[in-house]
Amino acid sequence: MRRKIERSETGALALDETGPGAVVLRLSGALDAAGVARLWTPALEAARRPDLRELRVELSGSEYVDGAGLALLVALEAAARGSGARFALAGLPERYAPLLALAEKAAPTASPGRPVRVFGVREWRKILADLRAVVAFIGECSLVVWRSLTHPRSVRWGDVLHSAVAIGVESLPILLLIGFLMGLIMSFQSVITLERFGGEIYVPNMLGLVMFREMGPLVTAILLASRSGSAFAAEIGTMRVNEELDALSTMGISPVRFLVGPRILSALAVVPIMTIIFNFASLIGGALVMLSIGFPLVTFTSRVFANVHYTELFGSLFKIIVFSLLVAGVSCLHGLRTGGGASAVGRSTTSAVVSGLVLITVADGLFAVLFYYFKI
Amino acid sequence: MRDSESIISVRGLTCAYGRRMILRDVSFDVAPGEVFVVIGRSGCGKSTLLKHMIGLVRPAAGSIRLAGRDIVTAEGDERLRILKGIGVMYQGGALFGSMTVAQNVGLPLEEYTDLPDEAIDAVSRVKLAFVGLEDFGDVMPSDLSGGMVKRAAIARAMALDPAILFLDEPSAGLDPVTSAELDRVIRSLAETLGITFVIVSHELPSILSIADRVILLDDKAKGVVAEGDPREMHAKSTDARVRRFFDRDARVPSPGGAEGVEATL
Repeated sequence: MRRKIERSETGALALDETGPGAVVLRLSGALDAAGVARLWTPALEAARRPDLRELRVELSGSEYVDGAGLALLVALEAAARGSGARFALAGLPERYAPLLALAEKAAPTASPGRPVRVFGVREWRKILADLRAVVAFIGECSLVVWRSLTHPRSVRWGDVLHSAVAIGVESLPILLLIGFLMGLIMSFQSVITLERFGGEIYVPNMLGLVMFREMGPLVTAILLASRSGSAFAAEIGTMRVNEELDALSTMGISPVRFLVGPRILSALAVVPIMTIIFNFASLIGGALVMLSIGFPLVTFTSRVFANVHYTELFGSLFKIIVFSLLVAGVSCLHGLRTGGGASAVGRSTTSAVVSGLVLITVADGLFAVLFYYFKI
Repeated sequence: MRDSESIISVRGLTCAYGRRMILRDVSFDVAPGEVFVVIGRSGCGKSTLLKHMIGLVRPAAGSIRLAGRDIVTAEGDERLRILKGIGVMYQGGALFGSMTVAQNVGLPLEEYTDLPDEAIDAVSRVKLAFVGLEDFGDVMPSDLSGGMVKRAAIARAMALDPAILFLDEPSAGLDPVTSAELDRVIRSLAETLGITFVIVSHELPSILSIADRVILLDDKAKGVVAEGDPREMHAKSTDARVRRFFDRDARVPSPGGAEGVEATL
């Protein structure tokens, strides 16, 4: 059976008081969202009168009542009964009965407010469980790296290469730009300060030492966290949301081996090279400044490498290997621990970058202390 | 059917993705309050047709008039007016993960009506009650089961009480009881409120119980190969393509089978 139903002009309301506390509410016109928007407040005010004893709702001229109209009727009934009054409904066409019955299930009940959450035992348990998961993850990652060294054939080298291109080759332009500009700016600022003492000649020494020892690994790691770490977390997080990770697990494939392994291996392989490239880009920037104030290139290079020895180079490479392990690992971990929904992917990406930066800073501080202690 | 009587009128619709032709010169009409079901094997262009009808994709040629307005050429305010008059349920639900279920349903009401907050909440809950989710308003979508997500998505599509509801595979993945309940709600909405339904489906029991009319799309013919009452098609059609669709699905062992479905009609 098909019925063509016209929506007439929007709803109107008339109030009639037939006796003490007895109110008749006449609704007419179309009770759709637009009509109900105008009627809602006055109608409910009438239903919530403290002296109300009986509320009779008559739908004389309402041929069209949609979901919004039914919501109004249900709310009126709940309000009237809430104040202890009788409620009667007349004039609703018979065909609305099934929908009204469904709508009545949504009648507002006194819902208890949300309990106030206190930082208690449950939260501490959660933190401990998180810590446990991090330790377990580090263990699993180490195993994966160890296994890939001892059983190279188990590694998905195609994925490693793909990831290496994304982390390394594609970030070359930004790496070169930042390196060059940092070298240029640092040398320029140092020249301005040192020339008051006639010490511009020491700028290359400082630049080489600072870049190779400290800034090179640090800036490369920060770039890795912000550029690739966020991508790792978003990729793996989206896979979690799409149940791809569950699919991997049910196929008996460890997500850590399949997804995290190639990413960590590629980071370990390319990030040290990126650091060296960054260092040399910064030296080019420094050289430009020194050339512009009249020092020959050979003076610059000889003074740079007078201070930078193999210990500095290997120290910085060791640092960046640790940094890249931390950044890649923590980003993948946040990706794996993504909850449901698009906003969860955003949250895990943000926390991946933040955790990456915090870990880099803390680790760099530890290295500074260790290097000083061991006189490296 | 004359053009003036129909709420949806598709004329000469041709859809192509790049050089790949999906549908060629498709025309049909849908009457107000009709439950119109698009059927066909997967890959025959059902979802493509739906995407064109709701204005997500522009057709290569042809016109699609919804309630008298052409969505293909409409721009700006005109387009917004058409979109306010339709509701769409996507196959995967497409609920916003950062809002509760009730907030999802209330979003169109918040954006397009002057209802007070209390009323928006009440209307959203009524809509959720229509699909049997009255107790799940405060839950996040990620905590719902697949079937519940679909039902919540239907509730959201109904939020503004649109004249036309497009449902992309509403009963796929639902249990038989929920699916039957949903069918009853769809029939009830069509009969009581006169909502027109355009449904993409290949769940045979559901098609036989809700559809007023179906069109069968075919990937080889790139268009409509049969149109009419599904029960008649199921019982009488001799077209090989129609038989293949109905018989294959009907042979899936289900309690009651095809006879059981027919007996309930």
